[in-house]
Amino acid sequence: MEQALDITLTVNGTQVSRRVPARMHLIDFLREDLELTGSHVGCEHGVCGACTVRVNGDIVRGCLMLAVQANGCRVETIEGLSDSKELAALQKAFHERNALQCGFCTPGMLMAAQDLILKGKKPSREEIRNHISGNYCRCTGYQAIVDAIEEVINGQG
Amino acid sequence: MKAAAFAYAKPASVSEALELLRQPGARALAGGQSLIPSLNMRLSSPELLVDITGLPGLSGISFQGNSIRIGALTTHAQIEKSEEIREHVPLLSQAVPHIAHAAIRNRGTIGGSLALADPAAEYPACAVALDAVLVIKNKTAERRVKASEFFKALFETDLEPGELLTAVEFPVAGKSDRSVFLELTRRQGDYAIIGLAAHNSRIVFLGAGSTPILIQDISVQDPIAKAKTILAKSLNPPSDLYNSSATKLHLAGVLLERAWNKLST
Repeated sequence: MEQALDITLTVNGTQVSRRVPARMHLIDFLREDLELTGSHVGCEHGVCGACTVRVNGDIVRGCLMLAVQANGCRVETIEGLSDSKELAALQKAFHERNALQCGFCTPGMLMAAQDLILKGKKPSREEIRNHISGNYCRCTGYQAIVDAIEEVINGQG
Repeated sequence: MKAAAFAYAKPASVSEALELLRQPGARALAGGQSLIPSLNMRLSSPELLVDITGLPGLSGISFQGNSIRIGALTTHAQIEKSEEIREHVPLLSQAVPHIAHAAIRNRGTIGGSLALADPAAEYPACAVALDAVLVIKNKTAERRVKASEFFKALFETDLEPGELLTAVEFPVAGKSDRSVFLELTRRQGDYAIIGLAAHNSRIVFLGAGSTPILIQDISVQDPIAKAKTILAKSLNPPSDLYNSSATKLHLAGVLLERAWNKLST
């Protein structure tokens, strides 16, 4: 009999309690149990960054954290940050600069980009590229993504 | 892929964790940034995961006069941000940005990296270069092992079943000490093709063998040409999917040359 555990956590500001199998990843819990399908599942071993979510304010890989480990945590996903308008400037810049084509990487890319913006520094293009190095985009070639992030950072100036 | 089923326990204390780790098939789960991928790919299938995250006493950076003690659960991100580490163990500060990506550095831990002993990882090479001491506990005792004696073979360490790495101690760097960390990758955050962790004349390569490789009989007083000759005799890096042994050896020489000015002045 597979072990299941009870967890209680806050997801996008709402407290939720569920029973989850020990081996379930945070990202599968968010997508399948809570139907928050904005965060994507790509490689499932921490390489692609499509599952990037925020836990207690820090970005993490949703596929490299167990749902049980999120017990008591504050989890934020692309849905929460879109609804709160926290990502509005980035989303606008991504849209205007064509910084996405298929859009699969975009939720994770936005989470990583916002993490950099919140640091409040003025990163160079090289530093922007380093910060999103853990988020793969197979369509754009990254140029427009870096442009969009840079625009938002400069706009804040 | 999805991980195979396992049992999960979240102990409330280190002693409870050590009791659980005595069970056959038990494995400690720290940041999980290497363990969980290996579970997902079903390369490993422990029966019991003992989640040590959040255990009191295993996290944090403390200054102890001649050394800096870093708790095993201290994350890469915490080390990256630490002013104390920047000042007293600058080799680590230089190494951390090379570890994977921001989201992974937020969860991965120094203890996890050392205990896993990936030969391409940054911390094991730094620990050997700096002559760090690893603090290991089991149910009844604590022991201390020098980094140079800790890494035994590919992914093999001195850790015995039922033991837990609880902290690592680095000597504080003096004013005349020189530290250089360099790494070559195809993309930022990728596994190292080859890397160098050097503290004065203790020059260690990562990604160059089954453990961190300390180059014997090399001195920063020597001219670089002599050092490169010693390197060529001492290092025999295994080829990987993309780079031959000869390429890696050449790149090791390139890194040594880049490091030499800073090390020798």
